[in-house]
Amino acid sequence: MKRVEVQKTYKLYIGGKFPRTESGRYYKLIDNNGEMVANMCLGSRKDVRNAVVASRKAFGSWSGKTAFNRAQILYRIAEMMEGRSEQFIEELVLQGFQKSRAREEVRESIERVVYYAGWCDKYIQVLGSVNPVSSSHFNFSVHEPMGVVGIVSSENSPLLGLVSLIMPAIAGGNTCVVLTSEKLPLSSITLAEVINSSDVPGGVVNIITGKKTETLPALSSHMDVNAISSSQLSTDQKTELEKNAVSNLKRTFFYADDWHASAAQGIYYIADLQEVKTTWHPIENIGGASSSY
Amino acid sequence: MAKKRDLKQKISWELAPAPESTGHINLKDRYDLFINGKWVAPKKKKYFSTINPSNEKKIAEIAYADKSDVDLAVDAARKAYDGVWSKITPSERAKYIYRIARIMQERSRELAVIESLDGGKPIREARDIDIPLASNHFFYNAGWADKLEYAFPAKTAMPLGVAGQIIPWNFPLLMAAWKIAPALAAGNTVVLKPAETTSLTALKLAEIIQEAGLPPGVVNIVTGFGDTGAAIVNHPDINKVAFTGSTGVGKIIQNAISGTAKKATLELGGKSANIIFADAPIDQAIEGIVNGIFFNQGHVCCAGSRLFVQESVSDLVIKKLKERIDTLIVGDPLDKNTDIGAINSKEQLEIIKKYIKIGKEEGAEMYQTSCKIPNKGYFCAPTIFTDVAQSSRIVQEEIFGPVLTIQTFRTIDEVIQKANNTPYGLAAGVWTDKGSRIFNLTTKLRAGVVWANTYNKFDPSSPFGGYKESGFGREGGLHGLSAYVKLV
Repeated sequence: MKRVEVQKTYKLYIGGKFPRTESGRYYKLIDNNGEMVANMCLGSRKDVRNAVVASRKAFGSWSGKTAFNRAQILYRIAEMMEGRSEQFIEELVLQGFQKSRAREEVRESIERVVYYAGWCDKYIQVLGSVNPVSSSHFNFSVHEPMGVVGIVSSENSPLLGLVSLIMPAIAGGNTCVVLTSEKLPLSSITLAEVINSSDVPGGVVNIITGKKTETLPALSSHMDVNAISSSQLSTDQKTELEKNAVSNLKRTFFYADDWHASAAQGIYYIADLQEVKTTWHPIENIGGASSSY
Repeated sequence: MAKKRDLKQKISWELAPAPESTGHINLKDRYDLFINGKWVAPKKKKYFSTINPSNEKKIAEIAYADKSDVDLAVDAARKAYDGVWSKITPSERAKYIYRIARIMQERSRELAVIESLDGGKPIREARDIDIPLASNHFFYNAGWADKLEYAFPAKTAMPLGVAGQIIPWNFPLLMAAWKIAPALAAGNTVVLKPAETTSLTALKLAEIIQEAGLPPGVVNIVTGFGDTGAAIVNHPDINKVAFTGSTGVGKIIQNAISGTAKKATLELGGKSANIIFADAPIDQAIEGIVNGIFFNQGHVCCAGSRLFVQESVSDLVIKKLKERIDTLIVGDPLDKNTDIGAINSKEQLEIIKKYIKIGKEEGAEMYQTSCKIPNKGYFCAPTIFTDVAQSSRIVQEEIFGPVLTIQTFRTIDEVIQKANNTPYGLAAGVWTDKGSRIFNLTTKLRAGVVWANTYNKFDPSSPFGGYKESGFGREGGLHGLSAYVKLV
């Protein structure tokens, strides 16, 4: 007799927990053959607000971790993904990917996580500066995370597009609220499970499934979101997002959706979500001794 | 027995007047628009007066540009970009910018006097800070023109095209330099609008740009009011908007360019915390507080307008601060003894007065110095408020005048929370003798510039700009260049 399969319930990921949407709503995920795949949470505006609260709460400790520690945690994500490769591939196939394309998407995604893991303790050196001011002051500029970043991930690149936006944000010490692909959402929840078992503190990454038409305005107009990083938005969505961003001067970024391109990763994806802080301190200049020994 | 030192003793310390001469400056009665390398009358033939805020006398008439004039300026900038500025070699570009810096140095006295006359700032500040820094910004950025490949690793920096730049009235020439110098170095052309109360030094800069032989249209200067600025922001052929001013107008601009491909940098308001710990060198800190809030009449976006004093020294600090500000001389901006000049405009004086009234109505205790204030012109005595709450409007809102609020704190955590509890994030000051505490605070204060044991210091090589609602992007230093390039 055929074994009754234990099916997975896909839920949201907020504050390190997997709650159902507070709204109790769902939408049916249907595959290419018209078969039902899963009941997905139809995330609400309230879910977005809860996720922002969780994200803000996590920001202080995540941004306060040493860069080296963040690098290890990101690398740990890659390790966990590697172990779950088959599940990621299977889910992509379930959502209509060719097997070979699915394998490629997963492989590239893991490489991308490793790539950003390595940046955690390096970008500050590359981007920072000591500034030779004309007065008797020591002056230096360092990059600091912006805070809570809203991430609007690609509709068509359900895993690679997702990690390509999440990793530079958290590598740089930000926390994030992610709106996933509406039609290809499965990978995002499995990624949440990976993140949850990789020593990433709860609240650093929060993932909401559902309709962007509902959730995006809630995210883009939220007064406690500092920046929004996105790809594959329509011109109308982009304009609406930018108008909503005005409420608290959110920084907005729109990236090309080709996540396989060589330009799809780099230090500037990290730099975009950073503020530059410059510190001045006087240098005592009283004694007459010089260093010309 | 030694007599107790008292700065308020009745001995007269009145200084004799020491006015800077205005005899050597050249000003026309009427200024037209600087478009395509020439002085052009505005199409509608409208002009407005610029006055000296210290005596309310008219200095000159300034052209009021409307949309059609802005169109002309943007066309000139586009032609200059396509035809010349994006074609010449970067090292040639650099030499033009060096020329501007040099001529500004040569004419620095004239520029300083005009800046003081037109804007009301003390001649000492215009002479020692505004004008040298403005010239230095050109000198610093000039050298980047042919070295951009070192600024952005693994990328090629390309200019954006035509930059529309709108600047405020608090540091008129310096803000023009902050905007124009990096834009030109990166290979862009410019349409710049100075603030309506302080157009003169920007127009003198246009003369200098002519004198430097810059190709026509590379820099265009159009004068006018908010609608002139709006015409620049909304012009379809502008690639980049750079604005310094209030957060309110910054939001209007961000809204106006939403859905377009225009890039923006916004350098907006602030309500910066200046934090004094018990172990700070108190006398130095007092100077820092004074410089933080009374520099340039408090018309400084990064002014240290919220003072936080550790409770154990608050009585001492407040007493010393009151004694110190009693010695400040408010008066003729052109007098070399003047510490605090004229408020830039009648409108701004009204705003400051409104906030002083609000402070009193909120129940805060006010102290104003009893210094002599000229009868004519727009002046405001140094003002401090104690007994304020974190939620007081005078604590939360930017006043942009010589008004300081004082709060006390006990622990580091408390002061970090209070300092960060504002929509702004431009600057902060920290005064303590303890190095490890400085680094703790500079890391946790959410602000773009942190001055430790100093305040209100600026340099062309030092990036400046804010977090949160103080705007985005940086000006100055290597980081300031990124506002004017696209990386490919």
